[in-house]
Amino acid sequence: MAGVDWTDSTRDAAGIKLHVSRAGRGRPVVVLHHETGTLDRLPFYDELAQRYDVLVPHHPGYSRSQRPEWMRSVRDIAVLYRGLLSELGLEKAALVGLGFGGWIAAEMASMAPADLSHLVLVGAMGIKPPVGDILDLAITGYLDYARAGFHDQKAFDRVYGAEPSNDQLEMWDVCREMSFRIAWKPYMYSQTLPHLLGAVRAPALLVWGDEDKVVPQSAAKRYAAALTQARLEIVKGCGHCVDMEQPETLAKLVTDFIGRE
Amino acid sequence: MHLMYFTEQPMSAYSEQAGRDFGATALMFSNKHFDPVAGSRLYNNYIEQYMLAEEVGIDGIMLNEHHNAPFCMQAKANIFAAILAGMTKKTKIVLLGNPLPLAENPVRLAEELAMIDMISKGRLVSGFVRGGGQEQLATGVNPAFNRERFEEAHELVVRAWTQTGPFRFEGTHYQHRVVNPWAVPLQKPYPRVWIPGVISKETIIWAAEQRYPYIALNTSIEQTKKIWELYDSVAQRMGYESGPENRGYLIQVHISDSDDKARENAKQFRWMQGEFTGLAHPVWSTPSGYGSPTNRRAFVEFAAGRAINPRGNTTFEQQVEDLRIIYGTPDTVVKKLKLILEQTRPGILALWGNDGRVSQEDSLTCIRLMGQEVFPAIREIAKSLDLKSPFEADAPVHLKYSTDLKPAAKAAAAE
Repeated sequence: MAGVDWTDSTRDAAGIKLHVSRAGRGRPVVVLHHETGTLDRLPFYDELAQRYDVLVPHHPGYSRSQRPEWMRSVRDIAVLYRGLLSELGLEKAALVGLGFGGWIAAEMASMAPADLSHLVLVGAMGIKPPVGDILDLAITGYLDYARAGFHDQKAFDRVYGAEPSNDQLEMWDVCREMSFRIAWKPYMYSQTLPHLLGAVRAPALLVWGDEDKVVPQSAAKRYAAALTQARLEIVKGCGHCVDMEQPETLAKLVTDFIGRE
Repeated sequence: MHLMYFTEQPMSAYSEQAGRDFGATALMFSNKHFDPVAGSRLYNNYIEQYMLAEEVGIDGIMLNEHHNAPFCMQAKANIFAAILAGMTKKTKIVLLGNPLPLAENPVRLAEELAMIDMISKGRLVSGFVRGGGQEQLATGVNPAFNRERFEEAHELVVRAWTQTGPFRFEGTHYQHRVVNPWAVPLQKPYPRVWIPGVISKETIIWAAEQRYPYIALNTSIEQTKKIWELYDSVAQRMGYESGPENRGYLIQVHISDSDDKARENAKQFRWMQGEFTGLAHPVWSTPSGYGSPTNRRAFVEFAAGRAINPRGNTTFEQQVEDLRIIYGTPDTVVKKLKLILEQTRPGILALWGNDGRVSQEDSLTCIRLMGQEVFPAIREIAKSLDLKSPFEADAPVHLKYSTDLKPAAKAAAAE
């Protein structure tokens, strides 16, 4: 997208080099990516950067960020990011969590309920779905898993190419290993998180693709019950990775929710 | 030379067609294809085989375990070890081995092994393995910490065996505030530990650093030689000279009174339609974090169907050609095994005698010929080649019990 000028930087955090991409001006919006890592640039990030000061940190152990050998839980990432925001002097950021990143966003919200403007959870992991289970990385192939995030396979092809490179496969393996290190058991959810979300007073938007094959929609209901001010939006004809499959739709939902100023 | 009998304990009554239809005979291949009536018969067949092995003078019975797959019925090696501890009198009970990372409580594992050692009156050899990739998933254990858990559980088991309790263990993966098991091994300082493996260099290096014998699992002569090169170089670095007492080898061998019948039965080594573990699923057999980072690329490409299996997958004919499968009458088998002994010089040899749907009668014939004809000849050859087992060489159980280390290494070992 024209006019979006991204800056990539590396910051020292908890003993590792953390990669952060940043673009745009305005209210701070932190976008937290999936457990499959993230590409450097995505249309969804560009859309948001038209209106906001967008930060896309690469999670510790994922994509371009180093692996902290000591890290043992997803909550550790949330604490590390709380520290990052503090270092950057960013207050009351909006958090947009995508899938696995939604879990991190929810943890961050529970830790500092007052230091948050808006919470957006898109197909968020982190809560045990009352019905159904979160798709298991460990028994699903790299391509099958990545493709399971998309209802429209042409959308997958647009993002990753019809035949993703071996470098991409290897990166998925690196990310997968990190997910195992911090979210193995219970797999991809916290037993305590739902009990800690009640203090979050900031408005929350829950977005789910109606064809999400990775995180059952029942998890949205559990999130809605745990958060005091949550609204659910269902995106039609869309899989788990709403950000990659229907970036404009999600950007519009987020923009309408956070506000346009 | 220490000579052993091994069988995978195949669950031969499963439906092969169901496995082909499903496309994998591992992990997620449904246990509805397991028939406990056949299972009961087969377990008792295997006990009969082991009892005959003892009767015909075989030095050791090698046991292992696997999960969620028809190629091996043992889900807990210690169960059969306990049975043999009570039922046999002379044969060594050689576990190759207990998958350490699968243990959520290594202290209980140490207790079980100590009981087996005492009941058997000191006949336990307690090998340890990492467990295959799918073993981690079958037992819900995190594959990303496999090697860390292996090393830490090993440390805890050995300390539980050797250090007077009570003591406290605060590890990364295991924390035990009171370690004081009232079952400790009969053998001192502790039962011998042998480490089997196939391709992981890290395991060979680790075994050599501990001075534990490494058991090469059915590798080709060339691969085996490379393993010993690596082992020997690590031994040098640690300050000792490695020899046959550090080397074990497992090979698929079927012995019969006729070459034709032996060939037919040897074909059963390929009964699982591919590698010995059956129709493997590349994603399940190498979960992320389980393998060495240096092999990451190769396994990822294999998992996506873009490269051949890095573990290799060869035909029956090729394995026969490479001397990884040997079959025939005792004379034929001894001649071929002699070549392997000359080329690779192991002090421990395990014959994996029967697999797949070999009948119980033919299995017993194989074991009888193994004990009465093949092994006596192999013992003579081993003598002439000076291939001593760890027992014959009175090798130290661990590096730290060495009395022959070169001075610089001695200081390091004492640390």
